Amino acid sequence: MTCLPQPMPGAKKLGLVIDLDTCVGCQACATNCKEWNASGQSGPLPDLHPYSAGAEGVWFNRVHSYEAGEGAAGRTVHFPRSCLHCETPACVTVCPTGASYKRAEDGIVLVDHAICIGCGLCAWACPYGAREMDEDAGVMKKCTLCVDRIYNETIPEAQRQPACVLACPTKARHFGDLGDPESPVSQLVRERGGQALMPELGYQPVNSYLPPRNRSSLAAQPEAAAPEAIGNPLLRWMDRVLSR
Amino acid sequence: MNPAGSIVLFTTASGAGYGLLFWLGLLRPLGLVPGQGLVALALALLLITIGLLSSTLHLGNPRRAWRAISQWRSSWLSREGVAAILTYIPALLLGLALWVDAPVLALAAGLLAAAGAVATVYCTGMIYASLKPIRQWHHPLVVPGYLALSAFSGAVLLAMLAAFAGGGAVPALLACLTGAGALLLKRAYWQAIDTAPPLATIESATTLGFIGKTRPLEPPHTEQNYLLREMGFCIARKHAAKLRLIAQGAGFALPVLLALLALLLGGLPAALALSLGAVLALGGLLIERWLMFAEATHTVMLYYRG
Ligand code: SF4
Ligand code: SF4
Repeated sequence: MTCLPQPMPGAKKLGLVIDLDTCVGCQACATNCKEWNASGQSGPLPDLHPYSAGAEGVWFNRVHSYEAGEGAAGRTVHFPRSCLHCETPACVTVCPTGASYKRAEDGIVLVDHAICIGCGLCAWACPYGAREMDEDAGVMKKCTLCVDRIYNETIPEAQRQPACVLACPTKARHFGDLGDPESPVSQLVRERGGQALMPELGYQPVNSYLPPRNRSSLAAQPEAAAPEAIGNPLLRWMDRVLSR
Repeated sequence: MNPAGSIVLFTTASGAGYGLLFWLGLLRPLGLVPGQGLVALALALLLITIGLLSSTLHLGNPRRAWRAISQWRSSWLSREGVAAILTYIPALLLGLALWVDAPVLALAAGLLAAAGAVATVYCTGMIYASLKPIRQWHHPLVVPGYLALSAFSGAVLLAMLAAFAGGGAVPALLACLTGAGALLLKRAYWQAIDTAPPLATIESATTLGFIGKTRPLEPPHTEQNYLLREMGFCIARKHAAKLRLIAQGAGFALPVLLALLALLLGGLPAALALSLGAVLALGGLLIERWLMFAEATHTVMLYYRG
């Protein structure tokens, strides 16, 4: 059913919180995502021409890098982009077959690969480019929030997290229930002022991005070498002599 | 957006087919179209069917295409499929009525077929108009544009067939009126999308606007991917401007003039003028449809290009 589930108060909204302050752009999350999902529920994930020019493939997570601001106030920010498991995702409602759906129990947006006809309309409807077509199988694929890990009782409990979250070496990725205001991820979003991507499109993303911290006050300034500021008399004398 | 040939062909061919079916369903029972009308009906159904078949070509799994009619509650693509299939019923009944010469049935079936044609083209337009990330499609003039172009191309085709059957000033007049209307609409649409502000910015897409102006530094991948192929297609402005001129001239202005000429000439010259007009109109519409994709931009490209 491609109609969206009725939003229930207090319903689970599983999602990711991504810290743009600490992400170093190492691509570990993207790589581990590809590794897990190439063999899990979404597998195989195609790679075209993997060993020659024009290598490309389907990835659920893409890490961009941006420059924001000018000069000393500017920042380089690494920016992982994946499905945001939106609350009102048009990718679901446009689907003509019912292959795309949003789960009522936890809000995860999934594609049933046994039903999808590969029309590609959902990829057009996603503002964030979170869906990529598996051109080998002719079906759409996307981030599942590792639904085949997070509920998987055959793996140790500590590992029941999305593969990207486990792989991140700087703990820039957090997974949890954003529908529960007291959950650690919700608290993090509150404390750090988490932001939604392109809120003006009205998709209400569940995933949240923590802004880079303001570093301008910490920015190192070259030390001013004014002679009267030199405390040591010997150095002051040397400065005078050498300045002649 | 990437102008996939199968979709460009689909919307042009079935658009013209539904337009032809619409006018035939309305005018034939009123006796405003000469001849039996079966040729026109056959041409309409041929164009519609070619279009629908070609649209399944771009599916990843064409054998599952039947599943696409299941989600009519939420999906305009699904509604289009349902409307398209349902419209075959009155269209075929109209054929039967024309064949056995049953005027009451022809009137009822003709009206239903015309309604079905409008509904189907409306759904086609809504598929595009409902896509928020593509501002050139998510526009109030997109659905009227689809309806007007379909009415125009259908009227030109009907006028051509009517002229060969010896007469039929009404379809030729309709071709002039709908052609002029479609041209004005299309010009208003182009002007609107040229002056509209962007939907979102790289700053709102990345949340980084609070730091300052944002620009892409390193792409996430060095080779192509599905997103860049599908959503990254863009056409140089100067080429778009030329193609718009060609579409306006060949697709609208010339066919309208030829239809006017046909109204004055009558007889075989009229039929020939309208044949040329129909070819030009369909060719122009192919260009217009191609442009509809080529000029459309998707918000995901903000992440790649800023
Ligand atoms: S990010 Fe895109 S694919 Fe994911 S739920 Fe939102 S609209 Fe759908
Ligand atoms: S590609 Fe598949 S999941 Fe996406 S809209 Fe089409 S049928 Fe639905």
